Amino acid sequence: MNLIFNHENCSGCGICKLACSIVNFKQITPARALLRIEGLFPAPGHYQIHFCDQCGICAEVCPVEAIELENGVYRINEEECIACRECVEACPQSVMMIQSENDMPAKCILCGECATVCPRQAIMISEEENVAGGQ
Amino acid sequence: MDGYAGKILRIDLSKEEILKEPLSEKMCDEFIGGRGFVAKTLYEELPPDTDPFDKDNLFIIATGPLSGHFLPASGKTHFGSKSPATGGYADSNMGGHFGPALKYAGYDMAVIIGKTKTPSYLFIEDDTIEIRSAKAYWGKGSLTCEEMMKKDLGEEFQILTIGPAGENLVKFACISHDFGRQAGRTGIGAVLGSKNIKAIAVRGTGSIPVNDVEKAYAKGKDAFEKVSQKPGFKGWTPEGTAGITDWVNEIGAFPAKNFQTSHIDHGHMINGKKIIERLKITDKGCYCCPTPCGKYGHTKTALGSAYMEGPEFETISLFGGSCMLKTIEEVAYANFLCDELGIDTISGASVAAFAIECFEKGIISADDIGKKVEFSDLESIVYLLNLMSLRQNDLGDLLAQGVKIASENIGNGSEKFAIHVKGLEWTGYECRNAPSMMLAYMTADIGAHHNRAWVLGHDVVGSATNVHDLISAGAGSDKRPKAIVSGKDSAKFVIDSQHTRPAFDLLGCCRLQMMELGFEVENYAELYTVITGKKMTWDDLLKISEKIWNLTRMISAREIKDFGRNLDYPPVRFYEEPTPSGPNKGHCISLKELDELLDAYYGARGWDKNGIPTKKTLDRVGLKHMI
Repeated sequence: MNLIFNHENCSGCGICKLACSIVNFKQITPARALLRIEGLFPAPGHYQIHFCDQCGICAEVCPVEAIELENGVYRINEEECIACRECVEACPQSVMMIQSENDMPAKCILCGECATVCPRQAIMISEEENVAGGQ
Repeated sequence: MDGYAGKILRIDLSKEEILKEPLSEKMCDEFIGGRGFVAKTLYEELPPDTDPFDKDNLFIIATGPLSGHFLPASGKTHFGSKSPATGGYADSNMGGHFGPALKYAGYDMAVIIGKTKTPSYLFIEDDTIEIRSAKAYWGKGSLTCEEMMKKDLGEEFQILTIGPAGENLVKFACISHDFGRQAGRTGIGAVLGSKNIKAIAVRGTGSIPVNDVEKAYAKGKDAFEKVSQKPGFKGWTPEGTAGITDWVNEIGAFPAKNFQTSHIDHGHMINGKKIIERLKITDKGCYCCPTPCGKYGHTKTALGSAYMEGPEFETISLFGGSCMLKTIEEVAYANFLCDELGIDTISGASVAAFAIECFEKGIISADDIGKKVEFSDLESIVYLLNLMSLRQNDLGDLLAQGVKIASENIGNGSEKFAIHVKGLEWTGYECRNAPSMMLAYMTADIGAHHNRAWVLGHDVVGSATNVHDLISAGAGSDKRPKAIVSGKDSAKFVIDSQHTRPAFDLLGCCRLQMMELGFEVENYAELYTVITGKKMTWDDLLKISEKIWNLTRMISAREIKDFGRNLDYPPVRFYEEPTPSGPNKGHCISLKELDELLDAYYGARGWDKNGIPTKKTLDRVGLKHMI
């Protein structure tokens, strides 16, 4: 599967971010979300969703090769990760987070919950195969 | 404590003291949150007879147990104080994202007293609380200030600001947030200005404890799904609150020319459809709202262009009706100017319309004002909004006090068309043929505001009906018979609504999914129960809502000299001047009928003839040990 983002449908409500945090971390806070919504106000006056497109830069910069490609999704192997944060800093969308309880980075694993809860089809699930590398 | 962040933040600006105290479970059980916390804190901590602009006045920010949780529209933030507009109890709330951010930072409520020596802003980031210089922001417009602070602090901060009107202590100054959300009423922005606080910025990264995360999430998803199945989900959302414009105009409840009459001919030029056609760029949602009423757009007029959110119905009715602006672009520009100056669009428009009528009647002169002014003229409206917000001359100083005090000073019969109750300007529904809605305005605890009880549907169709269904059914005949005044029926409708709608203010979420779409109230009690782990029925919530209604009445009775029945009457215009035109031509509600309404209402509430809760009633509602 893959995700489709319709930025013009986004109203900035943040339901997606809260759902992401709850489903992935059991945390009631959008601060843990693995996507961002940027409000471009006052001008031009709309929202931009920043999301992980599985571009793989995080894997490229990882000094211990702890980020691995599995079925089109880059996943962090926490047993290998040394928590150096290089991946977080390199993420071009700034959508990787540090988990405060264990200092480990986290990234989108394409669970699709953000799309499931979006009431405006700003994020939708596509059944097309994800092509890692952001293509 | 599940559902809550668990702490109260206390800031004394004069002493530069910052305290964090645990939230008491007893307070949560007895007052729930939001408006309940505001009322309890004001009653217990506000020194009686404090001037609203004294450093000892409280400025309270309160969230509720549902704020910030995964459920429809959990983004409401409540503010409380002693009102500059009325001198009595004040609260005002706004949507957006501020309240949830405060909770994620760890605080359910903030209580701010004192005054800083120099212009300042509050910085809140989790455990870090700082009083910082606002030298760079003081004097800036509300929207400009927010844009500057977002650049300085970062997109992830939620920011509330006041504009020049708040700094100038204009008694209807508002609080602004998220480039278009306001806590507009009761002059709460001027209280912040009196404390030298220009803005508050908050960022929270913590989590809120929940009784059962998985159950709460499932219940929240179920609530979103149910809302999405309501017919209004697709029908009401595109236009938002502006979608009611045509219906209100067609039933003859639209304020026109400072409420001289109740119908306009240019309604089709300023309705929700025109917002979509002429202004809208995007829907703009409050936190977790699936049905965003915010319409963000761009307007262009002969006097200038601007990006702005809105206008919502109230702004349309007051600027497009009471001030008679003829196009949605002009209404939107006036909306923008109010937002930037930091004044409530409802009161700002009402004060402007009052001034124009005074001028037309020869009560004030062009010399007093600084120029000739007229209805339907954007240049006149813009001039007056600046005059009152920036206090540009003696009349501007007077208008900055609101229509009640302005009319008392101007005199010469202007009191009869100063459209307010208790000093708060009337919102967008003209009621000379709507006895229940009239009673709702008369008895609203903060003054003439519709958010406490909205029973216009009862006046038109005889029962509670959600707004989407009302609009869909249409207005019917273009000539309406005089409404039969039944004190008993109106009192019941109003009291039911006064308990139901403010209950949402306790929980910290928006009522519009219930009110506009018909999302059932029982869902909220179930959400409360699954999030907090405490059993609560909707009837339980209504009982607490009734207690708080009595408490806020007692706060005003304590703070306002000679408070009582005398302050529950509408403007003289509404009972001495029959509606001159439109669907309700010839109708008004007589003083005798108004008294019948009040007698029935006081009786049903257990208040005495002067509108003061009796000891027996205070005991019954659970205030025995408090008052």
